[in-house]
Amino acid sequence: MTRRQRRFGLIGTGLAVLGIAAALVLFALRDTIVFFNSPTDVVEKHVKPGVRIRLGGLVKPDSVVRGDHANVTFEVTDGNKAISVAYAGTLPDLFREGQGVVAEGSLDASGRFKADTILAKHDETYMPREVADALKRQGHWKEGASYGGAVPTSQARTP
Amino acid sequence: MIAELGHYALVLALAIALIQTAMPLWGVKSRDPVLIGLAAPTAVAQFVFIAVAFAALAWCHVASDFSVLGVFENSHSAKPLIYKISGVWGNHEGSMLLWVLILGLFGALVALFGGNLPMTLKATVLAVQGFLAATFHLFILVTSNPFARLEPAPFEGRDLNPVLQDIGLAIHPPLLYLGYVGFSITFSFAVAALIEGRIDAAWARWVRPWALAAWMCLTLGVAMGSYWAYYTLGWGGWWFWDPVENASLMPWLCGTALLHSAVVMEKRNALKVWTVLLAILTFSLSLLGTFLVRSGVLTSVHTFANDPARGAFILAILVLFIGGGFALFAWRAPLLKQGGLFAPVSREGALVLNNLLLTTACATVFIGTLYPLVLEALTGDKISVGAPYFNYTFGPLALAVVIAMSFGPLLAWKRGDLLAVAQRLMVAFAVAIAGIAASYAVEDTSTTLAHFGSGLALFVMVGALADLVERTGLYRVPFRTALRRASGLPRSNWGTAVAHFGVGLTLLGIVGETQWGAERIASIKPHDVLSIRHYEVTFDGVAPRPGPNYRETVGTFTVRRNGRLIGVMEPSRRSYPVRATTTTQAALMVRGLSQLYLAIGDPNPDGTMSVRLYHKPMVLLIWIGAAVMMLGGGLSLSDRRLRVGAPRPAAARAALQPAE
Repeated sequence: MTRRQRRFGLIGTGLAVLGIAAALVLFALRDTIVFFNSPTDVVEKHVKPGVRIRLGGLVKPDSVVRGDHANVTFEVTDGNKAISVAYAGTLPDLFREGQGVVAEGSLDASGRFKADTILAKHDETYMPREVADALKRQGHWKEGASYGGAVPTSQARTP
Repeated sequence: MIAELGHYALVLALAIALIQTAMPLWGVKSRDPVLIGLAAPTAVAQFVFIAVAFAALAWCHVASDFSVLGVFENSHSAKPLIYKISGVWGNHEGSMLLWVLILGLFGALVALFGGNLPMTLKATVLAVQGFLAATFHLFILVTSNPFARLEPAPFEGRDLNPVLQDIGLAIHPPLLYLGYVGFSITFSFAVAALIEGRIDAAWARWVRPWALAAWMCLTLGVAMGSYWAYYTLGWGGWWFWDPVENASLMPWLCGTALLHSAVVMEKRNALKVWTVLLAILTFSLSLLGTFLVRSGVLTSVHTFANDPARGAFILAILVLFIGGGFALFAWRAPLLKQGGLFAPVSREGALVLNNLLLTTACATVFIGTLYPLVLEALTGDKISVGAPYFNYTFGPLALAVVIAMSFGPLLAWKRGDLLAVAQRLMVAFAVAIAGIAASYAVEDTSTTLAHFGSGLALFVMVGALADLVERTGLYRVPFRTALRRASGLPRSNWGTAVAHFGVGLTLLGIVGETQWGAERIASIKPHDVLSIRHYEVTFDGVAPRPGPNYRETVGTFTVRRNGRLIGVMEPSRRSYPVRATTTTQAALMVRGLSQLYLAIGDPNPDGTMSVRLYHKPMVLLIWIGAAVMMLGGGLSLSDRRLRVGAPRPAAARAALQPAE
């Protein structure tokens, strides 16, 4: 084989691998990504039952009901609309009423959101960015307010 | 006073870093040996001053000096000492200081141990390293001063984020940073080679030990992070395809490719331009990782502090070094001469394929990680890219790498014979098929994927040893001769075999955990029994228990296997009053290579307790495999060939090895 043929072979293999990878990426990006929606989005965009989405907002106060077999229901709200969520399993450590939450799953036929994943965050002062943006859109965001039950800065600094 | 001292030391380090950048470069240009000679002492001095700054910050944390803002926000007088020390880097400012400390450390190591490097190359490398350090010093001093004071000083701190109060914090970030920042040396070498416009096999021999050392730390750092997330997040997963995890995986993939292409360059003087590109790319991805973690642009479980000003500054650093690196590459790379012809089927060919697959796999991870950012900027849609994406894209490519991995080391340089290699792998094929059959016999309920996955893992493990068997002539010559030959083999051969064996172990662990694992989620009362596989787990009750800076509720569970008592598991939930936060402490019971994993939730109003119980077969192999990979890297690092200047092996010993 000449140097030229070898180089073509090398480039050909490279292009083949890249082509396969690109096809895989395009396929996966069409079928596996999950869109984030606020409760208002879910209502306004008429998200269809069975479509996998992420639902984010605040856990509505006094809406958490713990049933048997680790079943939990609660409502996720962005201050405008609220969606009822059902989840089976142990909730993350930082799950609390009035606090930001992201649930992943899909709506069932009756319009209730069946979640199979509830996202936990490392930091209690941390609000998922999507949730913060959604709340800002609905005008329920207070800059600098504490959304995670953390001690407000001004108080903690007083000796 | 100590804090001010630390701050001052950091300012001095910045000044020295600037001298370290400018003077040696000027010296190389004007051929002034005095200026060139400044590179090494300034690099060492810079490291000393960063070390002083770091020690000052550590002292503030240990002494609980709450007049320092960072200490107040992340420490508490009741916190155990180990977390006071690891808390130094448990926040943005401190972790950036650790970053530059390690950057300085690597610079100082090159200055001290790079005695046999050509003077100008060493000076240029240290200058580039100094420039990197200077920008990060500036970043810390301008946007994230760890020594900022608080007036008046509070009496008590706000405690470290409880999730970070774990031994993992003491080990994981330093290791990860040693890996990330270690690749800065290969970057500096690449940039220096481009500036000089000259590169040869000796360059690869100088670069390889640094790349290996960084790669070893990164391997262990990523594995440690995975194990930490596994036991601390309480839902038993060991990899989440979280943006920050991906940020550490990308440099690892690229760095692995770099290690392999540097071999080709060293042995065959080929792939020069590509190796330089990979060196730039690997460190670029490390910088990108730092940017993703520190700027908070992506939603991640790791984002514990973010600030747009910092993000913009890091982005500027990113653009400067990545853009600058690639621009220099585009300008100067044509100067580097190509050499070394090889046939497509050869050791070089196999290593090229390895590089191709690893970098493509890295690209798919890159796309999956950054696509949400791009899409949101373009359309405003918010999406998340999760495990299914990576299974479809990264999965097949990783599989291809793993299969090719067994063949590569057996192929000859320049021109190889695939059929002969396949014959040598007969034993591995046989073991793999036996493994698949055994897997069907034992667990006929599980998926085809599980059977073939375990078969593939066995193939990789046995295949990794095939090269050693071949070279020592084991089973063909007397055992004693084989043993003597084994001890005479270059360490790098051992390193390759051991590291590849480690990949097989990790693969086996992944197959075991994902395919044969079992899960029980339930609400239970005392005396209830959960059964999983052959284990029965009885809930005995809960009791409170005090801790140094938390209160915990401990559940007691007795574990029986086929009726026989084998132990007690005590998962707990800790409540940290200062931060009003609770954490889950999962209980782990090791059974051989498998684990029982038990986590409890909050008590329910009806008096029951939510529990998650997992049986994870062979899960420990995932991390043991990573440790074995690191060991392989260590063996390769200890190869005498990499110690430039060491006498060449005697002709007699060289003759013992098959022609390379």
